[in-house]
Amino acid sequence: MATQVRYVEDSTRIQEPEAGPSGLWSWLTTVDHKRIGVLYLVTALTFFAIGGIEALLLRVQLSQPNNAFVSAATYNQLFTMHGTTMIFLAVMPLSGAFFNLLTPLMIGARDVAFPRLNAFSYWVLLFGAILINFGWIYGGAPDAGWFAYANLTSPAYSPGMGVDYWVLGIQVLGISSVAASFNFFTTIVNMRAPGMSMMRLPVFIWMTLITQILIFMAFPALTVGATLLMFDRWFDTNFFIVEAGGMPLLWQHLFWVFGHPEVYILILPAMGIVSEVLQTFSRKPLFGYTAIVFAGIGIAVLGFSVWVHHMFTTGLGPVPNSIFAISTMLIALPTGVKIFNWIGTMWGGALWLSTAMLFSIGFVAMFIIGGLSGVMHASPPVDSQHQDTYFVVAHFHYVLFGGSIMGLFSGVYYWWPKFTGKLLHEGLGKVHFWLMLIGFNVTFFPMHWLGAIGMPRRIYSYGDGLNWEFWNMVTTMGSFIIGISFIFFIANVFITLVLGDRAPDDPWDAPTLEWATTSPPALHNFDTIPVVKSRMPLWTDKYPEVYGHESEPGEHGDPDLPDIQTDEVHDEIHLPNPSYWPLVLAIGIVMLFAGFIFTFVMSFIGLALMFISIWGWALEPAFGEADHA
Amino acid sequence: MLRRVPRWIVAVLLIVVIGGLLTACGSAEDYPQTTLESAGPHNDSILGVYSLVWYGSIIVFFLVEGLLIFSVFKFRGEPKTAHGRPVPVHGNNRLEIIWTVIPAIILAIIAVPTLQVISELSEAPGDDAMVINVIGHQFFWEFQYPDLGVNTTNELHIPVGQRIDLRLDSADVIHSFWVPQLAGKTDAIPGRDNRMWFEADAPGTYLGQCAEFCGLAHYQMLMTVVAESQEDFDAWVAEELAPPPAEGDPEEGLAIVEAQCAACHAIEGTSAQGQVGPALTGFANQELIADVIENTPENLAAWLDDPQAIKPGTAMPDLPLSEADIINLVTYLETLNGESE
Repeated sequence: MATQVRYVEDSTRIQEPEAGPSGLWSWLTTVDHKRIGVLYLVTALTFFAIGGIEALLLRVQLSQPNNAFVSAATYNQLFTMHGTTMIFLAVMPLSGAFFNLLTPLMIGARDVAFPRLNAFSYWVLLFGAILINFGWIYGGAPDAGWFAYANLTSPAYSPGMGVDYWVLGIQVLGISSVAASFNFFTTIVNMRAPGMSMMRLPVFIWMTLITQILIFMAFPALTVGATLLMFDRWFDTNFFIVEAGGMPLLWQHLFWVFGHPEVYILILPAMGIVSEVLQTFSRKPLFGYTAIVFAGIGIAVLGFSVWVHHMFTTGLGPVPNSIFAISTMLIALPTGVKIFNWIGTMWGGALWLSTAMLFSIGFVAMFIIGGLSGVMHASPPVDSQHQDTYFVVAHFHYVLFGGSIMGLFSGVYYWWPKFTGKLLHEGLGKVHFWLMLIGFNVTFFPMHWLGAIGMPRRIYSYGDGLNWEFWNMVTTMGSFIIGISFIFFIANVFITLVLGDRAPDDPWDAPTLEWATTSPPALHNFDTIPVVKSRMPLWTDKYPEVYGHESEPGEHGDPDLPDIQTDEVHDEIHLPNPSYWPLVLAIGIVMLFAGFIFTFVMSFIGLALMFISIWGWALEPAFGEADHA
Repeated sequence: MLRRVPRWIVAVLLIVVIGGLLTACGSAEDYPQTTLESAGPHNDSILGVYSLVWYGSIIVFFLVEGLLIFSVFKFRGEPKTAHGRPVPVHGNNRLEIIWTVIPAIILAIIAVPTLQVISELSEAPGDDAMVINVIGHQFFWEFQYPDLGVNTTNELHIPVGQRIDLRLDSADVIHSFWVPQLAGKTDAIPGRDNRMWFEADAPGTYLGQCAEFCGLAHYQMLMTVVAESQEDFDAWVAEELAPPPAEGDPEEGLAIVEAQCAACHAIEGTSAQGQVGPALTGFANQELIADVIENTPENLAAWLDDPQAIKPGTAMPDLPLSEADIINLVTYLETLNGESE
């Protein structure tokens, strides 16, 4: 039993992957989804570190009453950029790294549908990230909060350049996200291997698909809002200018129509990762696959109907507040279904408590807390006390740190060997996990209490008669424990890259297709395109006596499964050519936007670059000669 | 006897006791800005739903986390079956229905009182309520009593047992009015007439502050609600309406500075440490006011009364100062010769 299936020619030894092109130029022109995934990963972890340092500075400032560690102006920039960085430059790109690395491999494809568009998405993200952070060097960083409420952002109340950087940067980042979302959506819908029907997709791929739909439906609302704000700031329009009949609340509607689905954009990929990890390390199929998939769809649909719960205190009236209270509470149902199915997956399993598994269990444990506090302020009267206090800060960190970040780290530990060919050290990994879990709870649990005793968020300082100082000090100490835990992770990465054990192709005895190729995968992923006969293709092949009955072709009345022979899909492998046009186009677009701040000459140069690169892109042959791997 | 009590009942009781202790800990004596102790009917209604979701959450928390931790401990380790894999189970429709329906019932239990309280709190406060206009400014609160002709800043006096009908507006950006012991937040949004009501049950001082980030000195946008008996309130109104004294009182002036100017200006030796506007430590030695007019008591009074008239476009706001306030302020500011006390 337990014969390993591999969709590579040589299945007897750990195979050195073919040496791809190397050097800086090859990275600048790469269209390989795995390399782009690595670029996303490195960028995201870098910005995670920057956002983390910003958080530590905030915490030092708040550790004592009447503190003046940083100035009030700097503090406002720090909390604005901490939120913006963690959401748009850390968690989203970290999810993007997994979309890139895994989507083609998990569905049995050689690359994404539009490899050059994929490179373009990354370069736009990188330059957008630099643009939105440029204020630290020149002109002042954004300082109106990550949701940049109008009319504080109007020229009269934010005359500096900070909001300029924010409103332009956020539009650039939107271009990156939307381009990437079309790409992954198309890839998943069109490029699945033979037999990979929708209901055989790994749950991570399902959550990826749903996330892409959320991105291209939600981001336009943000883009509309940002465009209106841009017009107010540069062209003297009055969309949000009250004195001229504008309406600040319009911004809140537009922002949260984007902003709430954004929460699910941040959490669904992590939920997908956790579903894969729990399945592998419970050594048992995911419990309630269909329920988990449809719960994900339900969360996405409901996600568009709850935005007003961010606005319960704006005085919209009892009827909207009642309706949105109910719709918000409804989201607890599909979320609960997921949690119970994850516990169901572990129930009766044989749990291998690897670092990746611990992070996934940590995700479930912390997400329960974030979910419960979410239900608490789904009730508008309760929310009128929670809104804009540290209780809400605690809540969304339990969802986005205890949830998303834990889940994403679980994915890092799980798939690291697949893409680097090296195993991360389990001992260091577990130290990272426990320090992060403890530090996280020491930091964020007391924040519930601070909110309940009246501490608002986004305050630079507080007096000493309010009895907030003790728990603020505890929270600050916790945040440094989190910082230390991250150092263990970085150390683990560098030590194992140099000294680590060579990773086998399938170190975790996992069920999904990406483990059926080499570690790291060859440039073309699979020598032969796999034919998929079940939801857990590797397990059904390895353990036929346990899962054998599930691999019969045509089971579940699957009309899509062709009676296909492996030979037929083993045709010539065409890989896309490297291209520098995505990079040039990204430079052009960012120059177009940045010119609004610096000089319009820059915008015109950017525009010219855009047209040239679109022209070059269109005429460039996408595929070179056939590459017989 | 105690042994016969099922363990789960003990667990639930323990949870309720711990939760209760936590709630009781939020006493107003220790935590003057607590949300967990109510000083009036508005927050009473909120805390009714609040405690329901609070205890409900604590119970669900222990049950689900307990289940999670139990399954991790029980099922950890190598497979124990003959074929080397745990028994593959793909799901169970009955369970899916159960863990959808039970949370739905719990949510319905929360939803019903939620909707009741929403409608309770949105009812108009009635004709005998006292109307007070609340105007948020960067970075202070202006309170207008239209029926009494009194205006105050950052300090709101109300009679005990009197329903207060607050009409919220803003002079610049969005602020949020929040006095936790009395009521939840309502935003003060420019160009939008928001209303809310509250009432204090007992005399006392209740702290609050702006809850919506509104710019540089947001953190200093504090307020105090002084609830007092009708007699004391009437006396306070009479005092406010009394004609201004001929001679200013520097102590009063300092109090006004600390309440209204401290968000933007710094004066050594006082609690005023704002960084937005120029420091005033040596103000009396200054040649000019705002770099435009000669520093005389008359000019200073005119400047404080209407800064825009003296220097259009200045960041100095038009503070709602009474004549008496201005006289006190001028008297105080004239004493600032650069030496801290």
